[in-house]
Amino acid sequence: MKDAPGTRDYDWWLLAILATICALGVIEIYSATHGSSLSGMHLKQVRWLAIGFVLMFALSRVDYHLILDQAPLLYLLSIAALVAVLAVGHTRFGAKRWINIPGIGELLQVSELVKLVIIIVLARFFAEVRSDELDLRDLIKAGLLVGFPLVLILKQPDLGTALVLMPMVAVGAFLAGLKWQHAAVFSLAGILLVGAVFYPPVSRHILKPYQRERITSFLHPEEDAKGSGYQLLQSKIAVGSGGFWGKGFGNGTQNQLGYIPVRYSDFIMSAWAEEQGFKGVLLALGLYMALLLRLVQNAQRAKDRAGMFLVMGVAAALGFHVLVNVAMVIGAMPVTGIPLPLMSYGGSATLFVFLAIGLVMNVRLRRFVN
Amino acid sequence: MSYWFRNDNRLPQARLAVASYVIVGMIGVLLLGFWKLQVIDSDKYATLAERNRVREIPIIAPRGRMLDRDGRVLVDNRPSFSVLLLRDDMAQVEKHLGAISDGLGISLDDLKDQLNSAKDLPKFQPIIIKPEASPEDVAYIESHRSDIPVLEMISVSRRRYLPDGFLSHAVGYVGEVSEQQIEASNGKLRPGDFAGKFGLERQYNDILMGTDGKRRVVVNSVGKEMKDMRLSEQEAIPGKQIQLSIDFDLQQVAEQSLGARPGAVVALDPRTGEVLAMASHPALDPNDFAIRVSAAEWKKLNEDPEKPLLNRAIQAQLAPGSVFKIVMATAMYETKAVPESFSVFCPGYGTFYGRQFKCWVYWSHKPAHGTVDIHKAVNQSCDIFFYTLGPRLGIDRISYFASKFGLGRRTGIDLPSEETGLMPSEEWVQRVFHRKWYPGETVSVAIGQGAVTSTPLQLAHLIGGIASGGVFLQPHMLKDAPNVGEEKFPLSDSTVEKITDDMYGVINKGGTGAALKLQDIEFSGKSGTAQVIGYTTRDRFAKQKKFLDNAWFVGYAPRRNPEIVVSVLVQESGKHGGEAAGPVARDIIKAYYDKKNKKTQGQYTTQTRPTEPPPEHKTKTTRAAVTAPRVALKTEDTASAATARPVSERER
Repeated sequence: MKDAPGTRDYDWWLLAILATICALGVIEIYSATHGSSLSGMHLKQVRWLAIGFVLMFALSRVDYHLILDQAPLLYLLSIAALVAVLAVGHTRFGAKRWINIPGIGELLQVSELVKLVIIIVLARFFAEVRSDELDLRDLIKAGLLVGFPLVLILKQPDLGTALVLMPMVAVGAFLAGLKWQHAAVFSLAGILLVGAVFYPPVSRHILKPYQRERITSFLHPEEDAKGSGYQLLQSKIAVGSGGFWGKGFGNGTQNQLGYIPVRYSDFIMSAWAEEQGFKGVLLALGLYMALLLRLVQNAQRAKDRAGMFLVMGVAAALGFHVLVNVAMVIGAMPVTGIPLPLMSYGGSATLFVFLAIGLVMNVRLRRFVN
Repeated sequence: MSYWFRNDNRLPQARLAVASYVIVGMIGVLLLGFWKLQVIDSDKYATLAERNRVREIPIIAPRGRMLDRDGRVLVDNRPSFSVLLLRDDMAQVEKHLGAISDGLGISLDDLKDQLNSAKDLPKFQPIIIKPEASPEDVAYIESHRSDIPVLEMISVSRRRYLPDGFLSHAVGYVGEVSEQQIEASNGKLRPGDFAGKFGLERQYNDILMGTDGKRRVVVNSVGKEMKDMRLSEQEAIPGKQIQLSIDFDLQQVAEQSLGARPGAVVALDPRTGEVLAMASHPALDPNDFAIRVSAAEWKKLNEDPEKPLLNRAIQAQLAPGSVFKIVMATAMYETKAVPESFSVFCPGYGTFYGRQFKCWVYWSHKPAHGTVDIHKAVNQSCDIFFYTLGPRLGIDRISYFASKFGLGRRTGIDLPSEETGLMPSEEWVQRVFHRKWYPGETVSVAIGQGAVTSTPLQLAHLIGGIASGGVFLQPHMLKDAPNVGEEKFPLSDSTVEKITDDMYGVINKGGTGAALKLQDIEFSGKSGTAQVIGYTTRDRFAKQKKFLDNAWFVGYAPRRNPEIVVSVLVQESGKHGGEAAGPVARDIIKAYYDKKNKKTQGQYTTQTRPTEPPPEHKTKTTRAAVTAPRVALKTEDTASAATARPVSERER
């Protein structure tokens, strides 16, 4: 640990993929917002990316074992922060998710940082499991560990972020030696939960009205031509009308005329698909696949199990983001408010991704070091 | 190293490999989803995207103009602006409602009512809060473009009629189409379209209306038109203009000579059936309906006891009075059922079928007519002679001739809602009242009273036809119209000679119209003074104005084969036909000859035609144009303008 890792130990391929995806995002944010009241948003995004890169390198320098040592403290701080958000948080779009950071003047979405902490806490937890097989007790412990902040995030309410915590536990448990029978039981429970959400008599009790509305409009978009069903429909029209070759940069009518909802953020893939066509989608999703596979490769080469769990926690979070966001864009999933990592505009979300990649770099830098 | 660290650091490589496969599978499934949307169903979504962004906006075809027989513009269009309220952002609307109310002079309650009644319409559809923006409104909206973003203006084309109701009943007016009109139009009309509702506007709506074009424009997601992204345009085909047979100069004389009195004037050219002038008073200014008339205002107009909406020239069905004596005399000459030498003694009254009838001289306290033959009877309009003649001719003969001369049926003029009038007969009382004809009724009918009614147009048609030897041309409003209907009821030369000499005598040989004599013009005609109710009954009602006599005069020139016949009705004048209505006919006939002899146009429009302001200033001077003097006419400027029929005469 004394000898600091050299620059050549960084994963330059990973960084290249990362930078390319960010570039696509900035281009599309520019295309979606230039000439509108939001113009200049791409520059703000570039600023967030710059901050992200700096934080990523900073985080990669601190040995991840030291970070893991502090997992219980980080966990408690996260819980405290989430409670603070509920108490004194800043409300936007009908949800209390932000906290004002004094001196910066920017609003921080606390749950984005909490995701990072949960990745660390879970890595620490699963690394401590002493056997190759995960027994039920450990599984329940892991569930409780995640369940507490999850409930607090749901309270905000922020269904999207809360959902991201699930694949982190699932992937961690799977790699920690989840038994097939447990997997089967939890899969069944998951299916039942999803079924309940989509079944109105039950969902009435567990979902907020706006959440139920999103589910309904996802199932029957034509009945809700101006609400969130309209958003999904307009997104599909944008994607479909792009065709194979796309309409060209700045020429997407759905994008430029404002038919795509939040076209610079959650639905940026829709704008990209309209203007760049299937070929552009192939490029973007290819890059995401390369990014995720590169993460798995880094996990495979990690020095220890703790490192592997860290990297795979990041992979689970990013993979889930990509899946849910892109599936929403093509109308295969309801609107959840989960942004597309690295492409969607957004400060907190961008910082989360870069910090997460910083953890991955951290693990990679220390694969040969004792 | 930390205490919690597990010594065994074997990694679950197999499960990590599974994770890789899951990632590849996930991306693969997502790509399949994109493939389906972007490659397989791409055309469908391309159509949907196109439908999203492209909206078709109709371009209203300008209506055709109406010209007078000399090519002067009687009706055209003027540009105007309507104020729209955009309702995409109701918060903005609420915020500015007060300012809009002040700035445009619309009451806050009115605005709220309008918003309320439109709340079921789609949000992107703006509502018209002021159909006719004044120059001040336009200035207000222009200067507040940035701070009141919810106001917008659209330019619309409105009908411009001559002011003060000039020719208004014949021309008619346009209005928003009714549901029946939409149904009857085979898809040509849409709700909100304007179409002719009355008069020539309605009669020739198909010619005047033209075909709307459409503009395909790009709209954004809230329905706002992107002005810099125009697509294609299909131009509107303007409506064709029509050239009326109306002579502006004669029309003006008719309007002015009739003046404020209720009544009607029709001037015809009996040689062609062309209507040279048609006035009906009281009249409304149709420019007022060219904007928007509320249901309450309509109700008021329809229930107005003055009946300003009635075109009296073709819809007033009144007793023709003594004008009917021309029918009687013609029937007598033609049938010879009573010899020309037949004469009666008029002491001012007479008893027929046990009832006393009085001659008009009795009521006027004038000396009785004494011995009267047919010529003197027409000349002096002696009632006693015709009371006697009636039963001798018999109702069958009278009603046969009257029907042949066009009474009791429509003349077929090209105007909607023409009335038939009534010519009673034995068959008619049998059919309607299921009784026999009373011989006493023939006595009343003989002087144009009783059940006989006719319109001013019918009387012009009748007198013109008789003076033309029994040739009745269908009256019409378009110049040089083809296929004009013609009815012939040939009268013998001697009959025509005698009846026309009689009518010449009415004016030129000391008859009831002696005061109307015109120098060098064979002005002929017949007066009529028709009772509204019996005079004895009327006296009981303390001579209320509405029961006063209607005055008629039908005059023509020259004595035989006339070029012009003028029928004048002055209602409730309380004066004799020759006094009240005669001068109107004389003025028109005189104007006709003055114009013909001097071969000049527009001598009655003594003021020179004002130069029209250039079109771009027109919007600002809208109000001024409406109140401009009657002579604010412009001549037909280009030959290229599409005219419904050739204007050969003018071009010669």
